[in-house]
Amino acid sequence: MEVRLDVFLIILGAAIVTFIPRVVPLMVLSRFELPEWGMRWLNYVPISVIAALIGQEILMHDGKIASFTNNVELLAAIPTFFIAIKTRSLLATVIAGVIFFMGLRWFI
Amino acid sequence: MSLENVHVDTLGSQREEDRFIKGVKDCVPTLLGYLSIGLAAGVVQKTAGLSIAEIALMSLILYAGSAQFIAAGMIAASSSPTAIIITILFVNLRHLLLSAALSPYFRHLSPLRNMLVGSLLTDETFGVAINQTAHKKRISENWMHGLNITAYLNWVLANIAGALLAQWISNPEKFGLEFALPAMFIGILVISILGRSKIKIDVAVAIIAVVIAVASSFVFSSSMGIIVATIIASTIGMVVEKWK
Repeated sequence: MEVRLDVFLIILGAAIVTFIPRVVPLMVLSRFELPEWGMRWLNYVPISVIAALIGQEILMHDGKIASFTNNVELLAAIPTFFIAIKTRSLLATVIAGVIFFMGLRWFI
Repeated sequence: MSLENVHVDTLGSQREEDRFIKGVKDCVPTLLGYLSIGLAAGVVQKTAGLSIAEIALMSLILYAGSAQFIAAGMIAASSSPTAIIITILFVNLRHLLLSAALSPYFRHLSPLRNMLVGSLLTDETFGVAINQTAHKKRISENWMHGLNITAYLNWVLANIAGALLAQWISNPEKFGLEFALPAMFIGILVISILGRSKIKIDVAVAIIAVVIAVASSFVFSSSMGIIVATIIASTIGMVVEKWK
């Protein structure tokens, strides 16, 4: 039950950079408004970040492009996308993805 | 506005639907979904080598699902603290938008009280709160705290429960749990794209982000690759939307 100093500093830093964008617009936006292009740019940030993360998770292994034929993550991702589109449920997507992944690893 | 209306408005803050307890009740539909993600986060953080105290601290002061998964993964991969913090800054920049979108409904609060409202803001509480604004000009502060604090406690308890659970599972890979993270990102991506009315641009931006993230990670580190991909893909999305 210990907290390492380096991990503590990472968590603290991450907490600060998360706290600021959460509170600053609520605190100042009554006086100052982001320019329209800024809002528009921010609008695409969540999608870009998450897509980039998915890309690295499923297409790369140990800093290299993973092979397409026996890449279990990529093969499991395809039906997981379909489940997400069909159900629009985060819970169903996570459960289905884990089951696809587990099943595919038995075969490959 | 007549004096009579002002009087009714003041009384309004004590109405049933503006109370703390109503916020707690309105949070209930989101509890199960986030309980399961919180459990998964707890398991992933434990298997990434974090102690229970570190997981508790992370869910208490960071309190952000995808950021906690990323922090766990990057700590396990021995990424530099700077890279982890910059990546999380970018992942959580979306809160700027959520916070900005809610700000017109909290103009009646002082900056300090707005800070308290915003400090526990998440995708889920934003979703529930923004639903309220269809028939309201302002959101009750007490109601928002009820909603926020319920979601917060649920998240912290789920993380700790997941971490405890992971101690009993000797071999989490056997259950395919390491795919919980990419599956969650796939779910968040699909649901957020389907919830907006610009599917074509969104899908194009997502594909561009994937290609740049993979390609640029050969030039930079993988976390810098995420940042480069985000900046370029978001800029392309902004410019294309402007042109249309």
